[in-house]
Amino acid sequence: MSLSIPVGPEDHAQGSPDAPVTLVEYGDYQCPYCGAAYPVVKAIQAALGADLRFVFRNFPLSQMHEHAMQAAEAAEAAGGQGEGKFWEMHDRLYENQNRLGPPDLVSYAGVVGLDVSRFERDLKAGTFHTRVTHDFRGGVRSGVNGTPTFFINGVRYDGEFDVHALTAAIRRAAR
Amino acid sequence: MTNPTNGHDAHRALAPGTKAPDFTLPATPDQKVSLSDFAGQAVILAFYPSDFSPVCGDQMALYNEILSDFDALGAQLIGISTDGAWCHAAFAQARKLHFPLLADFHPQGAVASLYRVFREQEGTSERALFVIDGAGVISWSYVSPIGVNPGADGILAALERLKGTTETRS
Repeated sequence: MSLSIPVGPEDHAQGSPDAPVTLVEYGDYQCPYCGAAYPVVKAIQAALGADLRFVFRNFPLSQMHEHAMQAAEAAEAAGGQGEGKFWEMHDRLYENQNRLGPPDLVSYAGVVGLDVSRFERDLKAGTFHTRVTHDFRGGVRSGVNGTPTFFINGVRYDGEFDVHALTAAIRRAAR
Repeated sequence: MTNPTNGHDAHRALAPGTKAPDFTLPATPDQKVSLSDFAGQAVILAFYPSDFSPVCGDQMALYNEILSDFDALGAQLIGISTDGAWCHAAFAQARKLHFPLLADFHPQGAVASLYRVFREQEGTSERALFVIDGAGVISWSYVSPIGVNPGADGILAALERLKGTTETRS
């Protein structure tokens, strides 16, 4: 399976567009497997440096995880106040997976230094809901079948999510 | 996904163009569902090995998230496994599933056998998908390797082709 929606300027990306490898994750902030993959991605980013660009797209399983949709919208709302804010919120959500209720999200908005009232308005109005469902639909079309699903240079990665296996696959793609 | 070598038993499953065999199975301990109940509309039959597989975002959970997309394409989703109706009820409740799960439990795998996706040794079905058109004919089928969640892209593409054909005809 390959990525049906190529990585573009709309995406949240860390690292250079010129990096030889792009790793795309479809993830859910409340999914424990995504939580387990979070430090793995961080370690790989640290190890590969400029050789890797990392892109995160939303795939909230909202029927299964009651806070997943709001958490995804919260990260996007943070991104609406600056791309760096998206990533700060992203990290905070994965580092506090058991605390993703509405008051938690608002408190993270404060910690991250967002305009909190604007953040709350965006969540309430669902300003970023379409963006999240757009990510989700694109994921389904690309063969995302659960979370997390990774794509390495556009090709779905079906291996294990540990640092060793994922790094090896990325290094192969970089050659 | 369409690679025929992917599903090792893909050659055995009922093929497109075949009339889908009708069946009646329990959907709950006191309610039965027949394929013919859905005559005139597209049906997605999703055979899967068992309830409660230990992964997040498993196949049925994924389909549950995109029911509105199936609905928009005029299709009814039906899950089938050889688990009993009580097990299905617990599974559906735990995962908040909003579509029927049929119990192909007694005789074990009878409907899976009709569709030629029964795994005799394990007593479960293959991970097999069938898209059936409004006239009750199989328009697409796919057997995934048993451990691989086939996702939904194949189903959506099949439903879109079906819709395209119907619209051209009318």
